[in-house]
Amino acid sequence: MSKKITIEPVTRVEGHGKVTIFMDDKGEIKQSRLHIVEFRGFERFVQGRPYWEAPVLVQRLCGICPVSHHLAAAKALDVIVGAGTGHGLTATGEKMRRLMHYGQFFQSHVLHFFHLSAPDFLFGIDGDPAIRNIIGIALTNPALAVQGVMMRKFGQEIIRATAGKKIHGTGAIPGGINKSLSIEERDEFLKGADPLNADKMVSWAQEALEFFKNYYFANKDFIDNFAYFPSNHLSLVRKDGALDLYHGVLRAVDADGKKILHDIDYQEYTNYIEEEVKSWSYMKFPYLKEYGKEQGWYRVGPLARLNTVDFIPSPLAQAEFEIYKAMTFGKPNNHCMHMHYARLIETLHAAEMIRELLNDPDILGDDLVTKGTKQKEGVGLIEAPRGTLFHHYRINDNDQIEMANLIVSTTNNNEPMNRSVNHVAKAVMTGKEVITEGMMNAVEVAIRAYDPCLSCATHALGKMPLEITLLDANEQVIDRKVSQ
Amino acid sequence: MSNLIKFKIDGNECMAEAGTYIVEAAHQNGIYIPTLCNMPGVKPKGSCRICTVKINGRLMTSCTTPVTDGMEIESNSNDINELRKSIIELLFVSGNHFCPACEKSGNCELQALGYLYQMMVPRFPYDFPKREVDASSPFIIKDQDRCIMCKRCIKSIKDKEGRSYFAFHNRGNHLEVVLDKELAANMTKETAELAMKNCPVGSIIVKEKGFVVPIGQRKFDKKPIGSDVTV
Repeated sequence: MSKKITIEPVTRVEGHGKVTIFMDDKGEIKQSRLHIVEFRGFERFVQGRPYWEAPVLVQRLCGICPVSHHLAAAKALDVIVGAGTGHGLTATGEKMRRLMHYGQFFQSHVLHFFHLSAPDFLFGIDGDPAIRNIIGIALTNPALAVQGVMMRKFGQEIIRATAGKKIHGTGAIPGGINKSLSIEERDEFLKGADPLNADKMVSWAQEALEFFKNYYFANKDFIDNFAYFPSNHLSLVRKDGALDLYHGVLRAVDADGKKILHDIDYQEYTNYIEEEVKSWSYMKFPYLKEYGKEQGWYRVGPLARLNTVDFIPSPLAQAEFEIYKAMTFGKPNNHCMHMHYARLIETLHAAEMIRELLNDPDILGDDLVTKGTKQKEGVGLIEAPRGTLFHHYRINDNDQIEMANLIVSTTNNNEPMNRSVNHVAKAVMTGKEVITEGMMNAVEVAIRAYDPCLSCATHALGKMPLEITLLDANEQVIDRKVSQ
Repeated sequence: MSNLIKFKIDGNECMAEAGTYIVEAAHQNGIYIPTLCNMPGVKPKGSCRICTVKINGRLMTSCTTPVTDGMEIESNSNDINELRKSIIELLFVSGNHFCPACEKSGNCELQALGYLYQMMVPRFPYDFPKREVDASSPFIIKDQDRCIMCKRCIKSIKDKEGRSYFAFHNRGNHLEVVLDKELAANMTKETAELAMKNCPVGSIIVKEKGFVVPIGQRKFDKKPIGSDVTV
């Protein structure tokens, strides 16, 4: 009998989504889909608001990485107030924003690794779901859990010092920033009591990376083959090809490493990228115009970034990057689970950059804002933890926003996440009479690798029931399980 | 020659010049009574009712009632505070106040009073009125969603000939404070900034100057409203 398997909601991801898997009479997987079941509408309700409200308003999309939306909107408005794209700000303005962004990157990546992904590595993807969570880690490996919590705290404190609040601050304003660091704040981050100082964060980031590498080498076949498929990859890169999470030009490479988007100015992104709407999801499907819907989809995020960049401009992360790249002989890495590996290299890079910026006297400066000739339209791109984030605004003669378009990171990963779900469903469920919890978690593991922010909103960790419903071809319920 | 009289607020002995309005007399004696529509230098109207006190069992607005010799005033009691909290809640639900993205947040008197009177959840149904933003003036944005119709702008923001830049428009549920477009065309940036300062909420916003004061340094970030009065 044919079946429709529903995983709802998908757990240990940000936001709410569900998966449906259609199985035919022979037990073959016919179709798998990741549905995004919520609607936000930010692009509509910012219309009519004064443009300088946008960075504060749109960051409410998300409680996990609001800084990314805050900064992407501010970068778009930099263009509108005539402060230019990326490097038009004062040294203090740009470096304070970078510090905020790396603090955000650090805490978000740490949250994903320790709280959301590590339970799968420590307890196995088919381990007991009752302990396969951060509480299970705290009970069985308290030192690791404390490390995760303290690393996240450090990143959040950097955000508080630069944006005014740990969540939903107001630091970035059009053309700059509204505060710099005091000497006391700077010294607290550099020389604070153990473990809350920059040096410790760098060494802990190295330890987290080692933890994953040890797991990887012990489980190489699983990590290498789980949801492997070739794809294009897209991200911002610095003009010289370096990893730059705050600003750069837009580059895409194909699965073999050939450049298919040649370091373009992102103000012109609409010439290169289009979004497709599908009836079964509130999330759109972006693709590169030149290559069409079937061939032009791409991945963003840690895996994509380390595939597009030529090098990482911080020594410890660069050394790890060279080892990482050697595993695929310098070619793009298309292993889905290597996303975790890439994410931890970026975590180390973020820690190094935080330390470097804290040692830069410009972050103590008082020249905060720059402005020039006002423009009607601006685009702001940033590499959010989950990938490239697009903010695009147009204003009217009265300084009100009349058009907004946001392509959030997870939207860019929509097609690859769907492909990952399909890949894993085929691999673990084909021909199986009984669908176990472990099989369904395997599907979630594939989604989790992308660290998706399905709603770009806060979520209640550990409070979401996993509901699985088996239906026949007529959509009649033949089995139903609910677990916590 | 001074004409000091004695009166009591919540049992505390106080003194003030005869004829002083209660709210002012209270502040002179280090006792805070909240206000929204009232502001120094402008004739009080008692329209917002947030300064309500009880005198001889009767509710009266302290911004329009002068103190008299021997007067006993009840202000900081459960009943009065509950009444004030209700007024604040009603003001919130009758407009569209979205503090998280309002640049007056941290400097907003309504928000500060919400915190002072511990407004936790709205007890009254939201009205969700459909109101517009008037951004046609060169220096000001008038956001009707946030207006509490206190008239402070109408009474205090005037041109050299004494004409108000702001005025009431429409009646009943459609009442709103609007900006006179002809006068506004000649408004200076300094006047615009004064209008924003005098507005107790975020209804009058000066263009292109948002969120410049960091969180932690805004007026009510460090001290709650009224703490500059309270001894």
